Amino acid sequence: MQIDWIYGLAGGALIGIAAAIFLLVNGRIMGASGIIGGLVDGSGRSDWKERAALLAGLFLVPGVAAIAMGGSETHLTGNWAVLIAAGLLVGIGTRLANGCTSGHGVCGISRLSLRGIVATAFYIGAGGLTIVIFKHLLGVI
Amino acid sequence: MRSLVSFIVGSLFGLGLLISGMTDTTKVQGWLDVFGNWDPTLAFVMGGAIIPMAIAWQLTRGRKPVLADAFPARPDPRIGRNLVIGSTLFGMGWGLAGLCPGPAIASLGFGGAGTLVFVLAMIGGMLAAPTVRNRLDVVAQAV
Repeated sequence: MQIDWIYGLAGGALIGIAAAIFLLVNGRIMGASGIIGGLVDGSGRSDWKERAALLAGLFLVPGVAAIAMGGSETHLTGNWAVLIAAGLLVGIGTRLANGCTSGHGVCGISRLSLRGIVATAFYIGAGGLTIVIFKHLLGVI
Repeated sequence: MRSLVSFIVGSLFGLGLLISGMTDTTKVQGWLDVFGNWDPTLAFVMGGAIIPMAIAWQLTRGRKPVLADAFPARPDPRIGRNLVIGSTLFGMGWGLAGLCPGPAIASLGFGGAGTLVFVLAMIGGMLAAPTVRNRLDVVAQAV
């Protein structure tokens, strides 16, 4: 659709404002994988309340908004083997790299962090290649 | 107070992901699909998010966070193998499902069983990550 980019820009601005508030008020980086990972492996035990509160908002508010709008389509594959493989790769990869799209992408690039830029180049490159192989060549996804 | 701010931050983050269409996996996979029916939306989302955040980084100069003692220090700028290998693995998973950690949590409430399966596998991967990191260290020492 023609207007998708306007929603993209507006939603993106909200994401950036959220990250800006987290930085300027709490002095923290809004990286989803780091916030989840710290709770999962216990490395973020000292500030677990902050992490849990952020995840509660991240889960509840879009959930309620989507349901109020009559549902929002995710078009997620129903192939559980693909979902499990993808989830494992995302979990291992983001923890090894210490960041994902929000931490390295939004927070890192906006600071002109070389690490953030390199990480983003690699995950976009790998993602693009994965689409070529698994969608266009193998037809699995 | 910090927890209340965190809840508001998470809420705005989640609404932003929903409004921008990033909880729709076809928009993410469409952006990565350079040789198919390319969807530019994700670039607008990234641009829209980076601008306010770039201003925020400028505002940190010579100041302190409102509810903390200091801003996060710049991490070690070196590009290590964990950054490169980790980002590559993450990108593969991102492409396969069209989900990254933020949108996965944001769509957990309306995405059905598949989203839950992805999130559980992601948590499993996060638990396995230290083992993978140690293995990579062993391999790197041997090479």
